[in-house]
Amino acid sequence: MLGEGTESTLIVDIVFWAIAVSSIVAALAVVVLKDVFRAALFLVVALLGVAGMFILMRAEFLAVVQILIYIGAISVLIIFAVVTTRDIEQGSPFNALRTPVLVVVGLLVAGVAFVVYNTDWNLIDTAAATGVVTTAAAEEMAAVFENTVPTIAELLITDYVLAFEVASVVLLAAVIGALALLRKR
Amino acid sequence: MGLESFLLVGAIIFFIGLFGALTKRNAIVVLMCIELMFNAVNITAVAMSRYIVPRAVAEGAGPLDEAARLVLTGQVFSIFIITIAAAEVALGLAIVISLFRNRETVFVSDANEMKH
Repeated sequence: MLGEGTESTLIVDIVFWAIAVSSIVAALAVVVLKDVFRAALFLVVALLGVAGMFILMRAEFLAVVQILIYIGAISVLIIFAVVTTRDIEQGSPFNALRTPVLVVVGLLVAGVAFVVYNTDWNLIDTAAATGVVTTAAAEEMAAVFENTVPTIAELLITDYVLAFEVASVVLLAAVIGALALLRKR
Repeated sequence: MGLESFLLVGAIIFFIGLFGALTKRNAIVVLMCIELMFNAVNITAVAMSRYIVPRAVAEGAGPLDEAARLVLTGQVFSIFIITIAAAEVALGLAIVISLFRNRETVFVSDANEMKH
């Protein structure tokens, strides 16, 4: 019953791994490609993959927000900046730290993978069966994912109303700051 | 597909972004890598929200409809992360373009005037 339509069937698994592999490959392309414009286009592919993963995790509202803000606004802003600064055809080279950082990052990925697969997660799907929560609470938590928007809206204007208001001030400050940085002297 | 797969994909994308942010010389690519890291954190937060029982619910605190609200904390966090990322990229690109106007470069290694 939990998240009907995205339960772990074979076809959903195939879709998930296709999205995951294409996002990871696109993220690698952002880092590896010499041409900044192509890197920006691959960033859009990676962001689209993240939106797909949000849908698989029953976060449809976030998937729409992701497409509107990241793919609609942020990527256009980045491509605009790439085109503006394109007169210098120097691409995007690595600095001297490439090999040591690669080693450290590889070790960190291995460490995180080890922790993820060796932790005893307290999962919602099995919580009622193992007696961590009551059946009623488990059903309540599962029912949230049928339609997340009303609960998110309620949370934003009750528990997180201060953060919500501060976020609008932050956006205003960012707009004024960007204009102040770029105005003609 | 399950919690572990989402966390693993999130970790891989995060560390690809970290690698790029630490090693690229073009400031715009560094900003793109920071966006990748934000997105990986969002994947992790939403996966935790989707699959993990909140601690307060496991300890039996609060009425039942409180459980529904606690479960969605990760998604609300992601909304704020996306908002702050939008502000960050607008300011970051403004700084890069102003660097380009003044110094004719977008390389972080050339913006070293404040280095002692």
